[in-house]
Amino acid sequence: MTSFLEYLGQSTRISFTKLGRASYFLVQILAGLLSLITRPRLLLKQLYSVGVLSFLIITISGLFVGMVLSLQGYYTLSDFGAEETLGVMVAASLVRELGPVVSGLLFAGRAGSALTAEIGLMKATEQLSGMEMMAVDPIRRIITPRFLAGLISMPLLAALFSAVGIIGGQMVGCGLLGVDEGAFWSQMQAGIDFRDDIINGVIKSLVFGFVSSWIALFEGYDAIPTSEGVSRATTRTVVNSAFSILGLDFILTALMFGEH
Amino acid sequence: MQHTSTQDTLVGLFVASGILGLFFLAMQVSNLSSFVNEDSYTITARFENSGGLKVKSPVSAAGVKIGRVTAISFDPKTYESVVKMSINSKYNTIPDDTTASIFTAGLLGEQYVNLDAGGSDTPLKNNGKIEITQSAIILEKALGQFLFKSAAEEKK
Repeated sequence: MTSFLEYLGQSTRISFTKLGRASYFLVQILAGLLSLITRPRLLLKQLYSVGVLSFLIITISGLFVGMVLSLQGYYTLSDFGAEETLGVMVAASLVRELGPVVSGLLFAGRAGSALTAEIGLMKATEQLSGMEMMAVDPIRRIITPRFLAGLISMPLLAALFSAVGIIGGQMVGCGLLGVDEGAFWSQMQAGIDFRDDIINGVIKSLVFGFVSSWIALFEGYDAIPTSEGVSRATTRTVVNSAFSILGLDFILTALMFGEH
Repeated sequence: MQHTSTQDTLVGLFVASGILGLFFLAMQVSNLSSFVNEDSYTITARFENSGGLKVKSPVSAAGVKIGRVTAISFDPKTYESVVKMSINSKYNTIPDDTTASIFTAGLLGEQYVNLDAGGSDTPLKNNGKIEITQSAIILEKALGQFLFKSAAEEKK
């Protein structure tokens, strides 16, 4: 019994210590943001590996998610003779929820895990301490450009996901199932509000980009510098990012769409 | 050097396509494009009951959308619902004896304000008031009246 309490107390203490380190790490990242202006090439390189390399998986998943939404929505809506509202249904669910959330999860799996593994290995092979020896701040040189690249890429990827998904939904809905194309678009335009739906979706994806880049970079930086430690850190990145994205999504949705 | 320049191009393409996606969402998917010329004037109407009317509900005349509801409030003195509407400035010839009524689009559709033009020569100005109004039809009320009426007819 005592040992159980001991274990409980210790693990609580450890997780709070970790949260504290993560917060301190975030402050260091944010402090380094300004110095990045003088070296845009570092950011560009990370935009390539974080953003451009995630482009394909995001667009293809977006296309298929939109197509499936259209198919599933059609069968339900046609029971009520409301096939014309398929456009609103597809667009609203993509722009509000699925765009930010699914692209956030894919981003954590595709880019977040790569970031953790890269930084964890840098730590394991003592590249980070080597930089410190040369009086180069590894946070500013390595971490901050990757963080900013994640923060910039995520809203762009989420917007792409939604846009491609809507086009996919339109292809299946109007091409395959025979929903009228004019009604599809006009109902969508009447039902989707720029401020309430699209801007809120962008805000969501910014928050998810912030959180999942932070988690990925921190787990890499904090990893035990062995091959097992890096592999565990990569797993933790994906699991923790997924939890935080889904949990934050609930909170953000309740805040944004609660009062209407 | 060759490698970096292709990388730059790809990053540029990525950012451009992301912005294009956002632009597509704004223009094609949402109603932003219909708000480009937001030149409008405000009129108010008092209803005995505004039913399920909401802010942003459409205001239409002869079936054409000419504006939208901007505010709905309750007047504690007269116990009426005060509905503010913003009408597109293009339509500035609406007579001041226009009737405003609340209709429902379809059986279960959303409610909207319908303006029936009167015969007066003076048009409604900014902050003008519509005097003649017809409340929303509350389905339960109408059903109740119908049932009472048919019960009363049976007694005869």
